[in-house]
This record gives sequence, structure tokens and C-alpha cells, in this order.
Amino acid sequence: MEAYLDHAASTPARPEVVETMLPWLTDHPGNPSGAHREARHARRALDDARDAVAALLGADPGNVVFTSGGTESDNLAVDGVLRATGGLAVCPAAEHPAVLEPVRDSGGVVVPTDPAGRVDHGRLVDTLDALADIALVSVMTANNETGVVNDVSAVAEIVAVHAPRAVVHTDAVQATAWLDLVSACRGAQLVSLTGHKFGGPKGAGALVLCAEVPLAPTIRGGGQERERRGGTQNVAAAVGLGEAARLVAAERAATAERIGRLRDRLEVGLVDRVPDTSRTVPDGTTRTPGIAHLCFAGVESEALLFLLEQEGIAASAGSSCASGAQEPSHVLAAMGIDREVARGSLRLSLGHGSTDAEVDHALAVVPAAVDRLREHA
Amino acid sequence: MAGTLVAMSGGVDSSVAAALLLEAGHEVVGVTLRLWGGESDSGCCSVSDVDDARRVADALGIDHHVFNLGDHFDQHVVAPYLADHAVGRTPNPCVECNRHVKFDRLLVRARALGFERLATGHHARIVERGDGTLRLARAADRAKDQSYVLYMLDQGQLTELVLPVGHMSKDEVRAEASRLGLRTATKPDSQDVCFITRRDGRADFLGRRIPLTPGRVVDGAGHQVGRVEAVELVTVGQRHGMDLAGGLGARYATAVDVPAATVTVGPAADLLVDHTTVETTRWAHGAVNGRLLVQTSAHGTPRWAAVDPDGVQWDEPHRRVAPGQSVVFYEGEEVVGGGLAA
Repeated sequence: MEAYLDHAASTPARPEVVETMLPWLTDHPGNPSGAHREARHARRALDDARDAVAALLGADPGNVVFTSGGTESDNLAVDGVLRATGGLAVCPAAEHPAVLEPVRDSGGVVVPTDPAGRVDHGRLVDTLDALADIALVSVMTANNETGVVNDVSAVAEIVAVHAPRAVVHTDAVQATAWLDLVSACRGAQLVSLTGHKFGGPKGAGALVLCAEVPLAPTIRGGGQERERRGGTQNVAAAVGLGEAARLVAAERAATAERIGRLRDRLEVGLVDRVPDTSRTVPDGTTRTPGIAHLCFAGVESEALLFLLEQEGIAASAGSSCASGAQEPSHVLAAMGIDREVARGSLRLSLGHGSTDAEVDHALAVVPAAVDRLREHA
Repeated sequence: MAGTLVAMSGGVDSSVAAALLLEAGHEVVGVTLRLWGGESDSGCCSVSDVDDARRVADALGIDHHVFNLGDHFDQHVVAPYLADHAVGRTPNPCVECNRHVKFDRLLVRARALGFERLATGHHARIVERGDGTLRLARAADRAKDQSYVLYMLDQGQLTELVLPVGHMSKDEVRAEASRLGLRTATKPDSQDVCFITRRDGRADFLGRRIPLTPGRVVDGAGHQVGRVEAVELVTVGQRHGMDLAGGLGARYATAVDVPAATVTVGPAADLLVDHTTVETTRWAHGAVNGRLLVQTSAHGTPRWAAVDPDGVQWDEPHRRVAPGQSVVFYEGEEVVGGGLAA
């Protein structure tokens, strides 16, 4: 029995998505910047995809900038705004490294989170009041490790009062599959998306401008994407992203409900079956329905993942470094979780295709694996 | 899972170790340890070495994992390395890594994951005596012999350990890697301490982490004859780098006193001792008394000495051993125990 429980890392492209992409890899050679019939054909496919992505946010399709994925979108948001306007960037400590690193590298400010990993609103206000020259505030919609949801519209209201000239960016990469982005990202002027977290292809992302904000390109040459991102567009990838956006818009609510029930059964089942297990996220915290996040006392997640893999379960813990080794989670550290506790963390993440049988398998395998490791500790 | 976990560093020896076990019909899984999170240029532990190990595993068709034992390494290798230097000792971090990381933490994990044995690419052999007990023995390739840095292995560890290249010369290992088309066949051997870069060196590494004390260099009568920038960086037996006036013949550090910020030097004769105190001695299978061959550095010549409860009484006067260095006892080719010079 195989159980793929790492959808938050990457979820399969939907078959419909792959189908819409294929002609753009095989039959149609056009460069969308060209003038002839094939070029116009590609241009139209690109713009249809742009419409579908824009619709996720109710944005102007002309303000969808296709990128290579979430990391590029996040980098473009931070670096692009800072290049255009100067000033400082601010983000909370549990952001994805694609935001954290450009914020830190540019001399920006990292704000603490509350115990659930959400930006601490009081500390955000203090930071914004203390600094004069804030150009960008970036707060993720949902966390990639825990699924915990920030109140982006409340953050935007804080920024409007305490740093009115600052642009609000949100990384909605982990939210797209589960939440209505129109309300989840309300108030954000820049939103990062990536295809492979909601049924699209890898290497396909977008930065959506929900308002006209100054944004300098970080990749230049050719003037594509309204001079916000140079380079010939990856038409097949954009088409796939657009199709995934259409599917998620149509199916999201039902999928979220179904997967949320599966996730709850998995999480409750593991807490019941495995002694000394804690839910990483405090009870009652709003989070996406796809992620079960647990900490098993006295267990090292690296060893646990190995045993789960032997039983056909693909999962993850914390984040992986370039070598593939598990690194201590900066998200759990930001939540104030002890390093020893965090060492035993496990993220089981579900997606559109997840099944009851996979959950049953995990409920059978995980407790035995934890028991084994505790016996050998 | 009944099989062998092979610790693959990304070098040629462990690549061939994995290949040989696989060819012999064993179920093999490769693992590379991530130990040091900081900078490294020694040819060990870096991302490119992990890539080499992974690609060799791919070529062999075996699974490959990366275990991050960085916290353990910091706690049991790097921190003691700093603490030892801070009091003027000369630790060997590779010995401590073998003791605490590879043959303790990793071995414990291998067992927990269901592996029957752990294999490495070390150049040493495991031999069985007539009474059924095991000993670590010198490698077939004497120039590459690593038995000295593995002296701490006990019967339990030796039972679970496999050293597939210990009976081969380095040339044979490389030839085998070439025959198998492994990408690591011509990769240079790793050198030096993996967490200290060649570019910046030991002094820079230590200087960023512990206070370094400028000190006086004195002769046996207590007269100042030179000075050093950091007494913590002086090793007993060291000859250079102490700003000594010329014309008096070669002089060597014979003692390092960090609290007094003083290094004592003397002629080569002052380095010679009849007895070396050895601490935290470990035996392969029970204490051995009597005369043994004793080796005090990785590639040093073993000398005869009588082992006593405090250390070793040398047959011939022996160079003083820097405190913190390993003192390893051999019966012929076989390691029977060892400890750290006091």
C-alpha cells in the first residue's frame, strides 16, 4: 500500500491540466511575443490562462505576472517593490524562506509570531510605528508547514493605519487549493501563487497585482509581462496554471470539506492511538484543511520518515535543506516550540486525490513506527 | 528491514564499500550524514559530497538518505573541541566523531530502523580471534590505515560493523571504482577537519568562538624567550610559530599553561618522557596488561610500552604526547584498546 501524504510539498498535476498543456509542448511552436498566426495563437492561450488566474483574486488580468513559481513570485514582490521605491521590508518569522531571505538580505525587519505562528499584530504595529520608511509588509496567507492562516485583511488594515505608503504582499501558495482567495487575501496588493500546490504543473507561478503598485523587474530583457518579468513565457506551464485555477475555482469548496474530514480523522486517530503526541497547532486556530501536524515526544522525525517510507508512506517534517537533510523548523521555532519537541514533528499533508484508504494506512503504520523508535531510543 | 546501512561520505572508499556489499548480494541502503552546518572546503560533508554519494547510490540502484546529525555533532564533537583548546589541549575531532556520531548515534539509529549492520569505507579490518571475540586490525594498505581513529570500538560495535575496503589497497579501491564506472573513482581523498576551512584555518575558527590569550614563551628556567599570539593554539611538541630567537638550536613546546598564559619550550631532549598518562581508556575486550605496541598519532610509528593502570611506561624514552591526543594499544596488527593522553 502506498500513501502519498506530502501534498503540501507538491500535489500531482490534475490529468485535465496535463491534457491542456500537451499541445503547447507538441503542436504549437509560437512565441507569444511574435506577430504571426502561431504567435497570436500562443498569445491567446496565455491570455486565457491570465484571465483564469486573475479570476481567483478578482484582479485585472493584465496585472497577472507569470513567473517560474512561488519562490520567484515572492522574490519579485519583495525585491521588485524595494527596487522601485527603496525603503524597508517587514515580514513575520514564520514566512517561507522565499520571503524571509530577501527581507533579511535587504536589511528588513522580521516580526515575531504568536504561539500559533501567525504574525503578532501588536508587535507588527510596534514595528510599523517605530520605522519611518517601510515599503513592504509581507504576511503569508497560510503557512506551508502547519497550514495556519493569517488574517491578511486585518494585517492590511493595520498597515493602512500605521504604514499607509507600504505595499502589502501575501504568499498565498499554500492557500490556493483550500481558501477563497478573494476574501482570504483581501487588502493585499500583491499575491504569490504557484501551480504545483493546487493541481497545476511545477515551474508555473504568478505574482498577481491586485492594485497598481510600483514594481521593478528582477528578470529583465524583452519587456514581457508588462515589463515586470522578462523572458519568453512558458506557454504550456501558464496554460496548465490557468486550467488548474479553473478547476480549483469550481471544486475548491467541496474538496476542502471532504479533505478536512479526512484530515481530522487522521489527526484525531493518531492522537488517540499514539501516547505522548501533541498537535503542533493550538486548538481552535484557523488553518487549511490539508495539513495534519503532530509532534511525537521522544522520536526523531528523520528516523520516523525513514520507517514510514519503508511502509509506502511519503511525508515530511520541517523543511529540507539543499542536501536533502531535515533541518530544524524555523516555523516551529517562531511558535516557541522547544527544539527537542520540534525534533519529533511530522507533517502529513493531504490533497485533492487523497483517499480514506491512505488515511487508514497511515493510522496503521504511524503508531507502530513511533512505538518502534521509542523502544530503540 | 534486514540489511546493511552504508555510511557514504561521497568519497571513493565508501562508494566502493557500498558497491562491494551490493555485489555480494546484501540488501544495501546508503546514508550520508550532515554534520556541520557551517562552511567547509575540506572535501567532506558538503552539499556537493552529498550529491556525489546520491549519484553513486543512483548508479548502484540503491536507496540513499541524508541524516542530519548536526546537533549531535555540535554537542559531542565541536563543543568539546572548543573546550579542549580553551584549556590548552589538542583534541582529535575525527576520533570523537567516530566515537559519538558514526559508531554511537548512527549505529543506534541503524538498529532502530531495522538494519542488521552498519558499513563504512574506513581502511581497517575486523578479525575474529580463536575465542570468537573480534578485534579491529590494521588495513591492508598501511599508508591508509585508519585503525588508530577507530580504537574505541567494542565487541558490540564490531559485531555490527562491516569495513568492506579494509583488505584492499587504495589503488585497488580506485580500480574497483573505475571498473564499476563510479563517478568518485578519481576524487581526491578528504583531508583535514571537516568543519575548519583550509582558507581560514584553525586559528580563525577558534578565534571566532573562544577567547585566545597572547602569552609568554619561557625556557625551562622560566626566562622569557619568545611570545605567541594564542597559547590555546600551541600543541605540545610544536617547534615553530613561537617567535624564538635563533642560534640556540631547535626548541619545542613542552608544556602549555593557559591560565598562566605561558608556553614552556626546551630542546628535543626535554620532550622525552618515560611514562605517558592515559585517561578514559577503552578496551576491545577486557583490559590487557603487559607490553604492547603503542601509537600516539594517526600515522605515527608504534613503540613498545608496558601498559599500567595509569597509562604506559615506554621501553625507550618517547616524545611527550600532546594532551587530548589518542594513545592506541596494539597487539601485533590488532587494536586492543586506547585512550586519551592526559
